[in-house]
Amino acid sequence: MITARNLTKTFGRLKALDSVNVVLKGGRSIMLIGPNGSGKTTFIKCLLGLVIPDEGWLTLDGEDLLGDHTLRRRIGYMPQIGRFPDHLKVGQVIDMMREIRRGTFTRTDEDLIEAFDMAKISHKTTRTLSGGMRQKLSACLAFLFNPDVLVLDEPTAGLDPVAAEILKEKVRAERDRGKLVLLTSHILSDLEDITSEVLYLIEGRVQFHRPMAELAEEHGEQRLGPLIARIMKAAKP
Amino acid sequence: MTRIVKYVLRDILRSRIVLAYTGFLLAASFGLFHLGGEISKGLVGLLSLVLIVVPLVCLVFGTIHFYNSYEFIELLAAQPVKRRSILIGEFLGVAGALTAAMIVGIAPPVVLYAASTTGFTLLAVGLALTVLFTAIAFLGAVATRDKARGVGLALLVWFYFALLHDGLMLLVMFFFEDYPLEKPAMAMIALNPIDLGRVIVLLQMDVSAMMGYTGALMKDLLGSTLGISAGVAALLLWAALPVFASNWIFRRKDL
Repeated sequence: MITARNLTKTFGRLKALDSVNVVLKGGRSIMLIGPNGSGKTTFIKCLLGLVIPDEGWLTLDGEDLLGDHTLRRRIGYMPQIGRFPDHLKVGQVIDMMREIRRGTFTRTDEDLIEAFDMAKISHKTTRTLSGGMRQKLSACLAFLFNPDVLVLDEPTAGLDPVAAEILKEKVRAERDRGKLVLLTSHILSDLEDITSEVLYLIEGRVQFHRPMAELAEEHGEQRLGPLIARIMKAAKP
Repeated sequence: MTRIVKYVLRDILRSRIVLAYTGFLLAASFGLFHLGGEISKGLVGLLSLVLIVVPLVCLVFGTIHFYNSYEFIELLAAQPVKRRSILIGEFLGVAGALTAAMIVGIAPPVVLYAASTTGFTLLAVGLALTVLFTAIAFLGAVATRDKARGVGLALLVWFYFALLHDGLMLLVMFFFEDYPLEKPAMAMIALNPIDLGRVIVLLQMDVSAMMGYTGALMKDLLGSTLGISAGVAALLLWAALPVFASNWIFRRKDL
């Protein structure tokens, strides 16, 4: 679904992405893992058109993602920090997104809006929302237009356990419908049960990109945290 | 783009700062017309106020708004929307809200007390300064990543145009008083939108000779109509250039 070829981005002297080649297929939920500054965020931002790479290509089903802003209609994004215009109400923010994306989607998906009971807080201004409520709103907006690709940056951070479970269930459902879900998280255990593939980046390079099940079997470890620790230890001589 | 403008306007018009700014303009302009006794004195007072306060508020508010909307702008940029629509939408929203504040704050007293060409010219200059200093604020904010630096830059720009530039101009005049300075002086006026605004209003007032070197020069050199047209053209340029420049930068910017 998404193909990156030689994707390179440097910030000053820092090589945030160093010729990344990767193919991400639909029907998977792919966890991006790597130490701080390994290029996870830069990779996501390239995908979303927020960062313009120096070199390389990014395609979505063969179409050039970098040159065509209309292709972003097929992507839903949940940022790490959701901040909306202070004085708008939750309902207005949702309406605004609908208006901005008008004509670019065929059907909306309001499962999360219902599951999170957003109607109850739709009259609140976004400024008064707690961090968790903002996350819920961000999640609703990411899934709202039924996109083929979902980019979720630290989706469960700040969510209460009930909301986190709802979101994870939704991710699982969308993945099984053939969508591509890209995830990042600092707390690996949070998302391990919905991860189907692991994409490991170090210093802007892809260290490995393998199915979770395969890794688990090879290292005899089901939990993602210890698994990654074991792999990192093995990699060092 | 219009969809973005609509929601940015809806957001900012509810902000307390814009409401307070409107109230301040309204109170100050009514007060100046009452205190002065004479209408022309009130107008001169209001002119000074507009020339100092409007650039400051637009620069600082525009800059802070941009930085505070950064995450939201990022979210917009990840939607199927052109970068240009986002930037111009945000700009028109902020400039529109500050323009509305200006009209509500200045227009009623001007209509009531000084419904003359001069009064309306003052209002028009206030609106032009609102738009162009918002544009300069956006340019600074788009070009600088760090919020503290951006706000510092905005204050520096204000300080330069409100105070330093005239000082430098006087210095030049003083040192080169033996030379014919009309043309360089004109150029220096055009380099400062606040001076331009001042000259345009003063040319309407017929008191330009009393209002310092710049006004007298302008009147003397160009005569009223031509002088005002040139001034307006320069003001338009001052608004257009920052908008183009910030758009150029924003389209290539890594968010």
